[in-house]
Amino acid sequence: MADRKKKFLQGNEACVEGALYAGCKFFAGYPITPSTEVAEGLSVRLPKIGGKFIQMEDEIGGIAAAIGGSLAGLKSMTATSGPGFSLKQECLGYACLAEIPLVIVNVMRGGPSTGYPTGPSQSDIMQAKWGTHGDHPAISVTPAYVQEILTETVRAFNLAERFRTPVVVLYDEIVGHMREPITIPAPGDLEIIDRMRPDCKPEDYLPYDDKYEVAPLAPFGAGYRFHVTGLNHKQDGFPTNDSKQIGANNERIMAKIENHKEEIWKNDELMLDDAEVAVFTIGSTARSARFAVLEARKAGIKAGLIRPLTIWPFPDKAVRELAKRVKAIIVPELNLGQMILEVERVSGATCEVVGVNRVDGEPITPMQILDAIKKYK
Amino acid sequence: MSDRYELRFSGSGGQGMILAGIIMAEAASIYGTRNAAQSQSYGPESRGGASKAEVIISDQMIDYPKATAIDCMLAMTQEACTKYHGDVKEGGILLVDSDEVKVLPTGKFRLLKYPITGAARDELGKTIVANIISLGMITELTGVVTHEAIEKAVLSRVPAAFLDLNKKALQIGFERAKTLK
Repeated sequence: MADRKKKFLQGNEACVEGALYAGCKFFAGYPITPSTEVAEGLSVRLPKIGGKFIQMEDEIGGIAAAIGGSLAGLKSMTATSGPGFSLKQECLGYACLAEIPLVIVNVMRGGPSTGYPTGPSQSDIMQAKWGTHGDHPAISVTPAYVQEILTETVRAFNLAERFRTPVVVLYDEIVGHMREPITIPAPGDLEIIDRMRPDCKPEDYLPYDDKYEVAPLAPFGAGYRFHVTGLNHKQDGFPTNDSKQIGANNERIMAKIENHKEEIWKNDELMLDDAEVAVFTIGSTARSARFAVLEARKAGIKAGLIRPLTIWPFPDKAVRELAKRVKAIIVPELNLGQMILEVERVSGATCEVVGVNRVDGEPITPMQILDAIKKYK
Repeated sequence: MSDRYELRFSGSGGQGMILAGIIMAEAASIYGTRNAAQSQSYGPESRGGASKAEVIISDQMIDYPKATAIDCMLAMTQEACTKYHGDVKEGGILLVDSDEVKVLPTGKFRLLKYPITGAARDELGKTIVANIISLGMITELTGVVTHEAIEKAVLSRVPAAFLDLNKKALQIGFERAKTLK
Protein backbone atom coordinates (compact mmCIF):
# COMPACT_ATOMS: atom_id res chain seq x y z
CA MET A 1 0.00 0.00 0.00
CA ALA A 2 1.24 3.46 -0.84
CA ASP A 3 2.48 5.37 2.14
CA ARG A 4 0.70 8.72 2.35
CA LYS A 5 1.40 10.32 5.70
CA LYS A 6 -0.87 13.00 7.11
CA LYS A 7 1.19 15.64 8.88
CA PHE A 8 0.53 18.99 10.46
CA LEU A 9 3.11 21.21 8.79
CA GLN A 10 4.15 24.78 8.35
CA GLY A 11 4.19 26.20 4.82
CA ASN A 12 7.97 26.38 4.79
CA GLU A 13 8.17 22.77 5.99
CA ALA A 14 5.87 21.77 3.13
CA CYS A 15 8.29 23.51 0.77
CA VAL A 16 11.05 21.24 2.12
CA GLU A 17 8.84 18.17 1.52
CA GLY A 18 8.09 19.37 -2.01
CA ALA A 19 11.76 19.95 -2.82
CA LEU A 20 12.72 16.49 -1.59
CA TYR A 21 9.81 14.87 -3.43
CA ALA A 22 10.92 16.60 -6.65
CA GLY A 23 14.42 15.18 -6.23
CA CYS A 24 16.30 18.25 -4.97
CA LYS A 25 19.79 17.15 -3.93
CA PHE A 26 21.51 20.49 -3.39
CA PHE A 27 20.56 23.56 -1.39
CA ALA A 28 22.71 26.63 -0.93
CA GLY A 29 21.49 29.75 0.78
CA TYR A 30 21.63 32.16 3.61
CA PRO A 31 18.95 32.16 6.33
CA ILE A 32 16.53 35.09 6.44
CA THR A 33 13.13 35.56 8.07
CA PRO A 34 10.50 34.48 7.06
CA SER A 35 12.07 31.80 4.83
CA THR A 36 14.61 30.35 7.30
CA GLU A 37 12.67 27.14 7.97
CA VAL A 38 13.20 26.07 4.36
CA ALA A 39 16.98 26.15 4.81
CA GLU A 40 16.72 24.71 8.30
CA GLY A 41 14.61 21.76 7.14
CA LEU A 42 16.84 20.95 4.19
CA SER A 43 19.98 21.19 6.33
CA VAL A 44 18.58 18.30 8.38
CA ARG A 45 17.07 16.25 5.57
CA LEU A 46 19.45 16.55 2.61
CA PRO A 47 22.52 14.92 4.23
CA LYS A 48 20.36 11.90 5.14
CA ILE A 49 19.57 11.17 1.48
CA GLY A 50 23.03 11.80 0.09
CA GLY A 51 22.31 15.41 -0.79
CA LYS A 52 24.32 18.47 0.15
CA PHE A 53 23.39 21.56 2.13
CA ILE A 54 25.65 24.56 2.33
CA GLN A 55 25.13 27.83 4.14
CA MET A 56 27.00 30.42 2.11
CA GLU A 57 28.47 33.75 3.16
CA ASP A 58 25.47 35.66 1.88
CA GLU A 59 22.45 35.45 -0.42
CA ILE A 60 24.51 36.06 -3.55
CA GLY A 61 26.81 33.18 -2.67
CA GLY A 62 23.70 31.07 -2.04
CA ILE A 63 22.24 31.39 -5.52
CA ALA A 64 25.68 31.26 -7.16
CA ALA A 65 26.40 27.93 -5.44
CA ALA A 66 22.97 26.61 -6.38
CA ILE A 67 23.70 27.47 -10.02
CA GLY A 68 26.92 25.50 -9.70
CA GLY A 69 25.10 22.57 -8.13
CA SER A 70 22.62 22.51 -10.98
CA LEU A 71 25.36 22.65 -13.62
CA ALA A 72 26.96 19.68 -11.89
CA GLY A 73 23.73 17.81 -12.54
CA LEU A 74 21.82 18.04 -9.26
CA LYS A 75 18.38 19.57 -8.88
CA SER A 76 19.22 22.67 -6.88
CA MET A 77 17.41 25.27 -4.84
CA THR A 78 17.92 28.40 -2.81
CA ALA A 79 15.43 30.17 -0.55
CA THR A 80 15.22 33.73 0.69
CA SER A 81 13.01 36.70 1.54
CA GLY A 82 12.73 40.36 0.49
CA PRO A 83 16.23 41.89 0.82
CA GLY A 84 17.81 38.53 0.01
CA PHE A 85 15.75 38.30 -3.16
CA SER A 86 17.15 41.69 -4.20
CA LEU A 87 20.68 40.37 -3.74
CA LYS A 88 19.96 37.30 -5.85
CA GLN A 89 18.77 39.23 -8.89
CA GLU A 90 22.10 39.38 -10.71
CA CYS A 91 22.52 35.61 -10.56
CA LEU A 92 18.86 35.10 -11.44
CA GLY A 93 19.51 36.85 -14.75
CA TYR A 94 22.65 34.79 -15.21
CA ALA A 95 20.63 31.58 -14.81
CA CYS A 96 18.06 32.89 -17.34
CA LEU A 97 20.67 33.57 -20.02
CA ALA A 98 22.91 30.60 -19.23
CA GLU A 99 19.73 28.45 -19.13
CA ILE A 100 20.33 26.76 -15.82
CA PRO A 101 17.44 24.96 -14.12
CA LEU A 102 17.01 26.32 -10.62
CA VAL A 103 14.30 26.88 -8.01
CA ILE A 104 14.33 30.10 -5.98
CA VAL A 105 11.89 30.36 -3.10
CA ASN A 106 10.98 33.89 -2.03
CA VAL A 107 8.83 34.11 1.10
CA MET A 108 7.60 37.69 0.87
CA ARG A 109 7.91 40.00 3.85
CA GLY A 110 7.29 43.72 4.30
CA GLY A 111 9.58 46.03 2.34
CA PRO A 112 11.19 48.03 0.89
CA SER A 113 14.71 47.40 2.18
CA THR A 114 14.93 45.38 5.40
CA GLY A 115 11.34 46.51 5.96
CA TYR A 116 9.26 44.38 8.30
CA PRO A 117 10.89 40.94 8.64
CA THR A 118 8.06 39.16 10.49
CA GLY A 119 5.18 40.80 8.63
CA PRO A 120 3.49 39.47 5.47
CA SER A 121 3.64 41.18 2.10
CA GLN A 122 3.08 40.53 -1.58
CA SER A 123 5.25 43.34 -2.78
CA ASP A 124 7.79 41.28 -4.74
CA ILE A 125 5.37 40.26 -7.48
CA MET A 126 6.86 42.63 -10.05
CA GLN A 127 10.39 41.97 -8.81
CA ALA A 128 9.90 38.27 -9.52
CA LYS A 129 9.51 39.22 -13.17
CA TRP A 130 11.52 42.41 -13.60
CA GLY A 131 14.03 42.30 -10.74
CA THR A 132 16.93 41.32 -12.94
CA HIS A 133 17.94 43.46 -15.88
CA GLY A 134 17.49 42.71 -19.53
CA ASP A 135 14.73 40.92 -21.39
CA HIS A 136 14.43 37.51 -19.87
CA PRO A 137 11.91 34.74 -19.41
CA ALA A 138 10.18 34.52 -16.02
CA ILE A 139 8.16 31.79 -14.37
CA SER A 140 6.70 32.25 -10.89
CA VAL A 141 4.31 29.96 -9.06
CA THR A 142 2.10 31.26 -6.26
CA PRO A 143 0.73 28.72 -3.76
CA ALA A 144 -1.87 29.76 -1.14
CA TYR A 145 -2.30 26.62 0.97
CA VAL A 146 0.25 24.54 2.85
CA GLN A 147 -0.55 21.45 0.75
CA GLU A 148 -0.15 23.60 -2.35
CA ILE A 149 3.31 24.79 -1.29
CA LEU A 150 4.38 21.15 -1.53
CA THR A 151 2.78 20.53 -4.91
CA GLU A 152 3.80 23.89 -6.38
CA THR A 153 7.40 23.42 -5.26
CA VAL A 154 7.35 20.12 -7.17
CA ARG A 155 5.85 21.91 -10.17
CA ALA A 156 8.52 24.61 -9.93
CA PHE A 157 11.26 21.98 -10.18
CA ASN A 158 9.45 20.35 -13.09
CA LEU A 159 9.16 23.64 -14.97
CA ALA A 160 12.81 24.52 -14.23
CA GLU A 161 13.98 21.17 -15.57
CA ARG A 162 11.60 21.13 -18.52
CA PHE A 163 12.53 24.63 -19.72
CA ARG A 164 16.13 24.92 -18.40
CA THR A 165 15.31 28.12 -16.58
CA PRO A 166 15.08 29.52 -13.05
CA VAL A 167 11.61 29.32 -11.47
CA VAL A 168 10.51 31.42 -8.51
CA VAL A 169 8.21 29.99 -5.84
CA LEU A 170 6.50 33.08 -4.47
CA TYR A 171 4.43 33.09 -1.30
CA ASP A 172 3.87 35.43 1.62
CA GLU A 173 4.83 35.14 5.28
CA ILE A 174 1.33 34.09 6.34
CA VAL A 175 1.28 31.04 4.08
CA GLY A 176 4.96 30.34 4.85
CA HIS A 177 4.51 30.32 8.60
CA MET A 178 0.99 28.99 9.06
CA ARG A 179 0.33 25.33 9.67
CA GLU A 180 -2.29 23.00 8.21
CA PRO A 181 -2.75 19.26 7.98
CA ILE A 182 -1.30 17.98 4.71
CA THR A 183 -0.80 14.65 3.02
CA ILE A 184 2.69 13.75 1.88
CA PRO A 185 2.24 12.17 -1.55
CA ALA A 186 3.55 8.68 -2.17
CA PRO A 187 6.19 8.12 -4.87
CA GLY A 188 4.43 8.16 -8.22
CA ASP A 189 1.49 10.33 -7.08
CA LEU A 190 2.98 13.46 -8.67
CA GLU A 191 4.75 13.72 -12.01
CA ILE A 192 8.50 14.35 -11.78
CA ILE A 193 10.34 15.83 -14.76
CA ASP A 194 14.11 15.59 -15.19
CA ARG A 195 16.15 17.71 -17.59
CA MET A 196 17.06 16.26 -20.92
CA ARG A 197 20.63 14.93 -21.01
CA PRO A 198 22.71 14.70 -24.21
CA ASP A 199 23.13 11.34 -25.91
CA CYS A 200 25.68 12.57 -28.44
CA LYS A 201 29.44 12.13 -28.21
CA PRO A 202 31.08 14.71 -25.90
CA GLU A 203 32.98 16.26 -28.82
CA ASP A 204 29.70 16.85 -30.71
CA TYR A 205 27.91 18.46 -27.76
CA LEU A 206 26.56 22.01 -28.04
CA PRO A 207 25.08 23.28 -24.74
CA TYR A 208 22.93 25.82 -26.63
CA ASP A 209 22.20 23.77 -29.72
CA ASP A 210 19.53 25.73 -31.59
CA LYS A 211 18.04 22.72 -33.28
CA TYR A 212 16.27 22.30 -29.93
CA GLU A 213 13.84 24.71 -28.31
CA VAL A 214 15.41 23.62 -25.01
CA ALA A 215 18.77 21.95 -25.55
CA PRO A 216 19.90 18.94 -23.46
CA LEU A 217 22.10 19.88 -20.51
CA ALA A 218 25.16 17.81 -19.69
CA PRO A 219 26.30 17.58 -16.06
CA PHE A 220 29.75 18.98 -15.47
CA GLY A 221 32.17 16.22 -14.65
CA ALA A 222 30.58 13.66 -16.97
CA GLY A 223 33.04 14.17 -19.80
CA TYR A 224 31.22 16.94 -21.65
CA ARG A 225 33.40 20.07 -21.70
CA PHE A 226 31.53 23.29 -22.35
CA HIS A 227 31.60 26.97 -21.64
CA VAL A 228 29.02 28.83 -19.51
CA THR A 229 28.87 32.61 -19.46
CA GLY A 230 26.58 35.51 -18.70
CA LEU A 231 27.64 37.10 -21.99
CA ASN A 232 25.55 36.59 -25.08
CA HIS A 233 26.89 33.38 -26.53
CA LYS A 234 27.02 31.06 -29.50
CA GLN A 235 25.63 27.55 -29.51
CA ASP A 236 28.88 26.24 -28.04
CA GLY A 237 28.55 28.62 -25.07
CA PHE A 238 31.44 30.95 -25.97
CA PRO A 239 30.77 34.72 -26.11
CA THR A 240 29.90 36.30 -29.40
CA ASN A 241 29.53 39.79 -30.91
CA ASP A 242 27.61 38.46 -33.87
CA SER A 243 24.31 40.35 -33.88
CA LYS A 244 22.50 37.59 -35.72
CA GLN A 245 23.39 35.02 -33.09
CA ILE A 246 22.75 37.41 -30.21
CA GLY A 247 19.28 38.27 -31.50
CA ALA A 248 18.35 34.68 -32.26
CA ASN A 249 19.41 33.44 -28.84
CA ASN A 250 17.64 36.23 -26.93
CA GLU A 251 14.46 35.55 -28.87
CA ARG A 252 14.75 31.80 -28.35
CA ILE A 253 15.03 31.98 -24.56
CA MET A 254 11.87 34.11 -24.46
CA ALA A 255 10.02 31.97 -26.98
CA LYS A 256 10.72 28.72 -25.14
CA ILE A 257 8.41 30.04 -22.36
CA GLU A 258 6.00 32.15 -24.50
CA ASN A 259 5.22 29.23 -26.80
CA HIS A 260 4.29 27.02 -23.86
CA LYS A 261 2.24 29.36 -21.70
CA GLU A 262 -0.76 27.06 -21.92
CA GLU A 263 1.09 24.29 -20.11
CA ILE A 264 2.63 26.69 -17.55
CA TRP A 265 -0.57 28.54 -16.65
CA LYS A 266 -2.65 27.16 -13.82
CA ASN A 267 -5.70 28.88 -12.34
CA ASP A 268 -8.03 27.87 -9.55
CA GLU A 269 -11.54 29.18 -10.11
CA LEU A 270 -14.51 29.47 -7.77
CA MET A 271 -18.05 30.31 -8.87
CA LEU A 272 -16.99 32.22 -11.97
CA ASP A 273 -19.61 30.80 -14.34
CA ASP A 274 -22.36 33.30 -13.53
CA ALA A 275 -20.18 35.85 -11.71
CA GLU A 276 -20.84 39.54 -12.21
CA VAL A 277 -17.92 40.60 -10.05
CA ALA A 278 -14.67 38.62 -9.89
CA VAL A 279 -11.78 38.74 -7.44
CA PHE A 280 -8.28 38.14 -8.83
CA THR A 281 -5.59 37.45 -6.24
CA ILE A 282 -2.91 35.09 -4.93
CA GLY A 283 -1.49 33.61 -1.71
CA SER A 284 -2.93 34.43 1.69
CA THR A 285 -5.02 37.20 0.12
CA ALA A 286 -6.75 34.57 -2.01
CA ARG A 287 -7.75 32.79 1.20
CA SER A 288 -9.41 36.00 2.44
CA ALA A 289 -10.99 36.39 -0.99
CA ARG A 290 -12.52 32.90 -0.91
CA PHE A 291 -14.10 33.72 2.45
CA ALA A 292 -15.41 37.02 1.04
CA VAL A 293 -16.81 35.44 -2.14
CA LEU A 294 -18.69 32.78 -0.18
CA GLU A 295 -20.13 35.46 2.11
CA ALA A 296 -21.09 37.61 -0.88
CA ARG A 297 -22.94 34.66 -2.44
CA LYS A 298 -24.89 34.23 0.83
CA ALA A 299 -25.91 37.87 0.47
CA GLY A 300 -27.11 37.22 -3.07
CA ILE A 301 -24.20 38.86 -4.88
CA LYS A 302 -22.88 36.96 -7.89
CA ALA A 303 -19.21 36.98 -6.94
CA GLY A 304 -16.44 34.65 -8.07
CA LEU A 305 -12.73 34.08 -7.58
CA ILE A 306 -9.86 33.50 -9.97
CA ARG A 307 -6.67 32.50 -8.24
CA PRO A 308 -3.60 32.07 -10.46
CA LEU A 309 -1.04 29.52 -9.32
CA THR A 310 1.21 30.81 -12.08
CA ILE A 311 1.53 34.59 -11.87
CA TRP A 312 4.38 34.72 -14.44
CA PRO A 313 3.86 34.32 -17.30
CA PHE A 314 0.77 36.39 -16.52
CA PRO A 315 -2.52 34.55 -17.18
CA ASP A 316 -3.49 36.90 -20.02
CA LYS A 317 -5.98 34.61 -21.67
CA ALA A 318 -8.05 33.81 -18.57
CA VAL A 319 -8.20 37.44 -17.45
CA ARG A 320 -9.06 38.71 -20.94
CA GLU A 321 -11.97 36.27 -21.23
CA LEU A 322 -13.13 37.04 -17.70
CA ALA A 323 -13.07 40.80 -18.27
CA LYS A 324 -15.56 40.37 -21.12
CA ARG A 325 -18.22 38.84 -18.89
CA VAL A 326 -17.99 40.63 -15.53
CA LYS A 327 -18.79 44.17 -14.42
CA ALA A 328 -15.62 44.43 -12.36
CA ILE A 329 -12.46 42.63 -11.36
CA ILE A 330 -11.29 43.34 -7.81
CA VAL A 331 -7.56 42.90 -7.24
CA PRO A 332 -6.63 42.68 -3.55
CA GLU A 333 -2.89 42.50 -2.91
CA LEU A 334 -0.52 43.17 0.00
CA ASN A 335 1.24 46.01 -1.82
CA LEU A 336 0.23 49.34 -3.30
CA GLY A 337 -0.80 48.01 -6.71
CA GLN A 338 1.33 45.58 -8.74
CA MET A 339 -0.82 42.75 -10.11
CA ILE A 340 -3.52 45.29 -10.84
CA LEU A 341 -1.29 46.82 -13.53
CA GLU A 342 -1.32 43.52 -15.39
CA VAL A 343 -5.07 43.03 -14.91
CA GLU A 344 -5.65 46.55 -16.27
CA ARG A 345 -3.29 45.93 -19.19
CA VAL A 346 -5.07 42.75 -20.18
CA SER A 347 -8.68 43.77 -19.53
CA GLY A 348 -8.33 47.13 -21.24
CA ALA A 349 -11.57 49.07 -20.88
CA THR A 350 -13.83 46.01 -20.97
CA CYS A 351 -14.59 46.09 -17.23
CA GLU A 352 -13.82 48.08 -14.11
CA VAL A 353 -10.63 47.11 -12.27
CA VAL A 354 -10.47 47.97 -8.59
CA GLY A 355 -7.60 47.53 -6.14
CA VAL A 356 -7.73 46.63 -2.45
CA ASN A 357 -4.34 47.30 -0.91
CA ARG A 358 -2.59 47.09 2.41
CA VAL A 359 1.05 47.62 3.44
CA ASP A 360 0.87 47.84 7.25
CA GLY A 361 2.09 44.30 7.88
CA GLU A 362 -1.43 43.00 8.51
CA PRO A 363 -3.39 40.72 6.16
CA ILE A 364 -6.18 41.98 3.93
CA THR A 365 -9.27 40.75 5.77
CA PRO A 366 -12.25 39.02 4.16
CA MET A 367 -14.37 42.00 5.23
CA GLN A 368 -12.21 44.47 3.28
CA ILE A 369 -12.71 42.40 0.13
CA LEU A 370 -16.40 41.89 0.87
CA ASP A 371 -16.86 45.66 1.17
CA ALA A 372 -15.30 46.10 -2.29
CA ILE A 373 -17.54 43.35 -3.73
CA LYS A 374 -20.70 44.86 -2.21
CA LYS A 375 -20.35 47.96 -4.37
CA TYR A 376 -21.39 45.76 -7.30
CA LYS A 377 -24.56 44.41 -5.74
CA MET B 1 -18.61 31.86 9.23
CA SER B 2 -20.64 29.90 11.73
CA ASP B 3 -18.72 26.67 11.34
CA ARG B 4 -15.45 28.26 12.44
CA TYR B 5 -14.29 27.83 16.01
CA GLU B 6 -11.60 30.39 16.74
CA LEU B 7 -8.97 30.30 19.48
CA ARG B 8 -6.19 32.71 20.33
CA PHE B 9 -3.25 31.91 22.63
CA SER B 10 -1.42 35.04 23.72
CA GLY B 11 1.41 35.88 26.04
CA SER B 12 5.02 36.84 25.86
CA GLY B 13 7.59 35.40 23.43
CA GLY B 14 9.12 32.25 24.95
CA GLN B 15 6.02 31.23 26.93
CA GLY B 16 5.10 28.55 24.42
CA MET B 17 1.99 30.19 23.01
CA ILE B 18 2.79 29.15 19.45
CA LEU B 19 3.47 25.59 20.61
CA ALA B 20 0.14 25.60 22.47
CA GLY B 21 -1.58 26.67 19.25
CA ILE B 22 0.14 23.93 17.24
CA ILE B 23 -0.81 21.28 19.81
CA MET B 24 -4.46 22.39 19.85
CA ALA B 25 -4.61 22.34 16.05
CA GLU B 26 -2.99 18.89 15.91
CA ALA B 27 -5.44 17.61 18.52
CA ALA B 28 -8.28 18.71 16.23
CA SER B 29 -6.89 17.69 12.85
CA ILE B 30 -4.41 14.86 13.34
CA TYR B 31 -5.72 13.20 16.54
CA GLY B 32 -9.29 14.32 15.89
CA THR B 33 -11.39 14.30 12.75
CA ARG B 34 -11.72 18.00 12.05
CA ASN B 35 -9.80 20.50 9.95
CA ALA B 36 -7.51 23.09 11.57
CA ALA B 37 -5.23 25.95 10.62
CA GLN B 38 -2.74 27.61 12.93
CA SER B 39 -1.12 30.97 12.36
CA GLN B 40 0.92 33.31 14.46
CA SER B 41 2.34 36.74 14.82
CA TYR B 42 5.34 37.75 16.81
CA GLY B 43 7.98 40.43 17.04
CA PRO B 44 11.60 40.17 15.90
CA GLU B 45 12.75 39.13 19.38
CA SER B 46 12.72 35.42 20.37
CA ARG B 47 12.00 36.22 24.04
CA GLY B 48 9.66 38.89 25.34
CA GLY B 49 7.28 41.09 23.37
CA ALA B 50 3.63 40.21 22.88
CA SER B 51 3.16 37.00 20.91
CA LYS B 52 0.03 35.27 19.72
CA ALA B 53 -0.98 32.10 17.99
CA GLU B 54 -4.38 31.57 16.46
CA VAL B 55 -6.16 28.34 15.69
CA ILE B 56 -9.21 27.96 13.50
CA ILE B 57 -11.07 24.67 13.80
CA SER B 58 -13.77 23.72 11.31
CA ASP B 59 -15.39 20.77 9.58
CA GLN B 60 -14.94 22.54 6.27
CA MET B 61 -12.02 23.89 4.27
CA ILE B 62 -10.43 26.78 6.15
CA ASP B 63 -9.70 29.81 4.03
CA TYR B 64 -8.93 32.83 6.18
CA PRO B 65 -6.42 31.55 8.77
CA LYS B 66 -6.63 34.50 11.16
CA ALA B 67 -9.15 35.07 13.93
CA THR B 68 -12.18 37.23 13.15
CA ALA B 69 -14.54 36.61 16.10
CA ILE B 70 -12.83 34.66 18.85
CA ASP B 71 -14.64 31.88 20.72
CA CYS B 72 -11.89 31.38 23.28
CA MET B 73 -8.80 33.42 24.08
CA LEU B 74 -6.00 32.83 26.56
CA ALA B 75 -3.96 35.75 27.90
CA MET B 76 -0.84 34.92 29.89
CA THR B 77 0.42 38.49 30.29
CA GLN B 78 -1.06 41.91 30.90
CA GLU B 79 0.39 43.28 27.66
CA ALA B 80 -1.11 40.48 25.56
CA CYS B 81 -4.47 40.76 27.33
CA THR B 82 -4.72 44.49 26.78
CA LYS B 83 -3.48 44.31 23.20
CA TYR B 84 -5.44 41.32 21.93
CA HIS B 85 -8.73 40.88 23.86
CA GLY B 86 -10.73 43.14 21.54
CA ASP B 87 -11.57 40.34 19.06
CA VAL B 88 -13.25 38.05 21.60
CA LYS B 89 -16.84 37.67 20.50
CA GLU B 90 -19.94 38.23 22.57
CA GLY B 91 -20.39 35.23 24.82
CA GLY B 92 -16.85 34.01 24.07
CA ILE B 93 -14.37 33.00 26.76
CA LEU B 94 -11.40 35.08 27.89
CA LEU B 95 -9.16 33.05 30.20
CA VAL B 96 -6.45 35.07 31.93
CA ASP B 97 -3.53 34.13 34.12
CA SER B 98 -4.53 36.02 37.26
CA ASP B 99 -0.91 36.06 38.49
CA GLU B 100 -0.03 38.32 35.57
CA VAL B 101 -3.19 40.06 34.42
CA LYS B 102 -4.22 42.55 37.06
CA VAL B 103 -6.06 45.12 34.96
CA LEU B 104 -9.06 43.13 33.81
CA PRO B 105 -10.80 44.08 30.57
CA THR B 106 -14.54 44.46 30.42
CA GLY B 107 -16.78 43.27 27.63
CA LYS B 108 -19.64 40.98 26.77
CA PHE B 109 -17.41 37.90 27.05
CA ARG B 110 -17.04 35.41 29.91
CA LEU B 111 -13.94 36.44 31.85
CA LEU B 112 -12.32 33.53 33.67
CA LYS B 113 -9.34 33.96 35.97
CA TYR B 114 -6.89 31.39 37.24
CA PRO B 115 -3.30 31.62 38.55
CA ILE B 116 -1.94 29.39 35.77
CA THR B 117 1.78 30.20 36.07
CA GLY B 118 1.49 29.95 39.86
CA ALA B 119 0.00 26.46 39.61
CA ALA B 120 2.80 25.38 37.26
CA ARG B 121 5.44 26.74 39.65
CA ASP B 122 3.93 25.61 42.97
CA GLU B 123 2.56 22.21 41.99
CA LEU B 124 4.97 21.06 39.30
CA GLY B 125 8.05 23.16 40.03
CA LYS B 126 8.27 24.35 36.41
CA THR B 127 6.64 27.48 35.03
CA ILE B 128 7.48 26.22 31.53
CA VAL B 129 4.43 23.89 31.59
CA ALA B 130 1.97 26.73 32.20
CA ASN B 131 1.05 26.53 28.51
CA ILE B 132 0.16 22.83 28.88
CA ILE B 133 -2.00 23.56 31.93
CA SER B 134 -3.74 26.19 29.79
CA LEU B 135 -4.38 23.63 27.06
CA GLY B 136 -5.99 21.34 29.63
CA MET B 137 -8.16 24.16 30.90
CA ILE B 138 -9.25 25.26 27.42
CA THR B 139 -10.05 21.70 26.40
CA GLU B 140 -12.20 21.25 29.49
CA LEU B 141 -13.90 24.64 29.13
CA THR B 142 -14.68 24.50 25.42
CA GLY B 143 -14.93 20.81 24.56
CA VAL B 144 -13.61 21.73 21.11
CA VAL B 145 -11.30 18.69 21.20
CA THR B 146 -11.48 15.55 23.36
CA HIS B 147 -9.27 14.84 26.38
CA GLU B 148 -7.76 11.90 24.49
CA ALA B 149 -6.91 13.96 21.42
CA ILE B 150 -5.25 16.77 23.35
CA GLU B 151 -3.27 14.27 25.43
CA LYS B 152 -2.01 12.49 22.32
CA ALA B 153 -1.12 15.81 20.72
CA VAL B 154 0.74 17.05 23.82
CA LEU B 155 2.68 13.82 24.27
CA SER B 156 3.74 13.71 20.62
CA ARG B 157 5.23 17.21 20.85
CA VAL B 158 7.21 17.03 24.12
CA PRO B 159 10.59 15.36 24.78
CA ALA B 160 10.38 11.79 26.14
CA ALA B 161 11.95 12.76 29.48
CA PHE B 162 9.08 15.15 30.20
CA LEU B 163 6.06 13.00 29.31
CA ASP B 164 4.96 12.56 32.93
CA LEU B 165 5.37 16.21 33.78
CA ASN B 166 3.24 17.24 30.81
CA LYS B 167 0.61 14.59 31.53
CA LYS B 168 0.31 15.96 35.05
CA ALA B 169 0.12 19.53 33.77
CA LEU B 170 -2.71 18.59 31.43
CA GLN B 171 -4.60 16.84 34.28
CA ILE B 172 -4.22 19.89 36.50
CA GLY B 173 -5.69 21.94 33.65
CA PHE B 174 -8.69 19.63 33.22
CA GLU B 175 -9.42 19.67 36.96
CA ARG B 176 -8.98 23.37 37.62
CA ALA B 177 -11.15 24.34 34.67
CA LYS B 178 -14.04 22.38 36.24
CA THR B 179 -13.93 24.77 39.19
CA LEU B 180 -14.38 27.72 36.82
CA LYS B 181 -17.34 26.35 34.88
